[in-house]
Amino acid sequence: MMRRAALITVPYLWLLLLFLVPFLIVFKISLSDTALAIPPYAPTMRDGLFALLAELDFENFVFLTEDDLYWKAYLSSLKIAVISTVLTLLVGYPIAYGMARAPEEWRPTLMMLVILPFWTSFLIRVYAWMGILSNEGLLNQFLQWLGLINDPLTILNTTTAVYIGIVYTYLPFMILPIYAALDRLDDSLNEAAEDLGCSRMQAFWLVTIPLSKNGIIAGSFLVFIPALGEFVIPSLLGGSGTLMIGKVLWEEFFNNRDWPVASAVAVILLLILVIPIVLFQRNQQKQAEAEQ
Amino acid sequence: MRRLSWFNVTSLTLGFAFLYLPMVILVIYSFNASKLVTVWAGFSTKWYGELIQNEAFLDAAWVTLKVAVISSTFATILGTMAAYVLVRGGRFLGRTLFSGMIYAPLVMPEVITGLSLLLLFIGIGLDRGVLTIVLAHTTFSMCYVSVVVSSRLVSFDRSLEEAALDLGSSPWEAFRLVTLPIIAPAVISGWLLAFTLSLDDLVIASFTSGPSATTLPIKIFSAVRLGVSPEINALSTIMIAIVTVGVISASLVSKRNSLRAQKDAQAAERANG
Repeated sequence: MMRRAALITVPYLWLLLLFLVPFLIVFKISLSDTALAIPPYAPTMRDGLFALLAELDFENFVFLTEDDLYWKAYLSSLKIAVISTVLTLLVGYPIAYGMARAPEEWRPTLMMLVILPFWTSFLIRVYAWMGILSNEGLLNQFLQWLGLINDPLTILNTTTAVYIGIVYTYLPFMILPIYAALDRLDDSLNEAAEDLGCSRMQAFWLVTIPLSKNGIIAGSFLVFIPALGEFVIPSLLGGSGTLMIGKVLWEEFFNNRDWPVASAVAVILLLILVIPIVLFQRNQQKQAEAEQ
Repeated sequence: MRRLSWFNVTSLTLGFAFLYLPMVILVIYSFNASKLVTVWAGFSTKWYGELIQNEAFLDAAWVTLKVAVISSTFATILGTMAAYVLVRGGRFLGRTLFSGMIYAPLVMPEVITGLSLLLLFIGIGLDRGVLTIVLAHTTFSMCYVSVVVSSRLVSFDRSLEEAALDLGSSPWEAFRLVTLPIIAPAVISGWLLAFTLSLDDLVIASFTSGPSATTLPIKIFSAVRLGVSPEINALSTIMIAIVTVGVISASLVSKRNSLRAQKDAQAAERANG
């Protein structure tokens, strides 16, 4: 009995102290005022609990609604996350479909080839595109060599580069759940559809796609959720015109040293994320129940 | 019968080209003699030579490795405990909160995790350095470990544990002698996952590190912000090589083990039959 209590208490306390408490601190600081002090906000615990509670207000949140930088950053993050999720699906589905139809003995190798990039550094995979997309980079050299363009295209430091970066780095997250769904698919269903007069195309749209729905949903969430708060990709591949909320938070904190506003940005980002996260959990639960 | 159509073949070829070409190009250009990364000027290994002499990178690599080994070990212990509690712990006070705290860090944007931990460390007056990065990495990677381990715990036959208990072992013995060997592959992959997550992390480490401790991703990030550099290509090549060798050998080992298990099962069947 003692052991069981210890087993529960240790990880529980760890997460309470290093996960939950930090969030409460962020929430508290988001309600504080900026101050020229160390730490740079007021009030602090040293002012006493009563004074602390009396001083807290929603000023920073009001500030976020007044300055349109933040609105634009939230909206443009949402837009970038949605579009890149759709693009990742369009790129990933045919790959997952091809893997599911490949001969049995190839599949472990194909799986490993999809997982391998996931183990290599995220930063390096994003960096790899910097050399390809720049004005004198390989993509422009190639297009000029083909004679398709005369002057180099500006791709690096634009939102297009951010889309390419997100699709590239999150592609395995889209492929794996879709492949898992397609792999379980019973071929005789497609054959039945074809026997009953569907063309192969129709059988694909009417049978294969609906039956892989769960994989599509899971993959889309796995791309959308991290893409929304992405920092590395917009700061390496995007330009000054690419507004993303993760980057705004970073700059607010490190460059402007405005901790209360950075905390308020974090609280709102979290509120936006709660909806897709809850939907994702529901989808996973439904799937788990369906399998039982 | 499933057959690959030309469409399947094309999408597989293009898809894997898309996944691998950027990295192949990166590796090729790490052997470029020219400082200009986009112009090929002959084969050279000079960037590797310069990299080995760059002490800032070597220091950062050492810090990163230290943080990764320590944090992934703690994360594996805590994550396995958490998984055991979630799957076998039954009901206890605050179970919902506990499972919420296990799953939330998986979907939390890194900027928020980093910011909140930094504010905690400042609040309690902890100097930022190796210790704070280890604490931060342990916290988020224990959740990944616990997900990996609990999926294994769910799928294994509980009656084995119960048999051990019926035969007189203590709960600890049953765990050590029965449960642990069965979940060991998941525990090991959990450790590997935690290790790579820690090696890879830029955002959380940037928030929680101080001037005394710089990790390799922080160093790489500040270097590549200024543009592409052949030295970083060389460094990336080394990292890609290590990961490739690691993943391929791990998959070969697991393939061999599953073949052996199959053979054992067949032999057992023959002996019984």
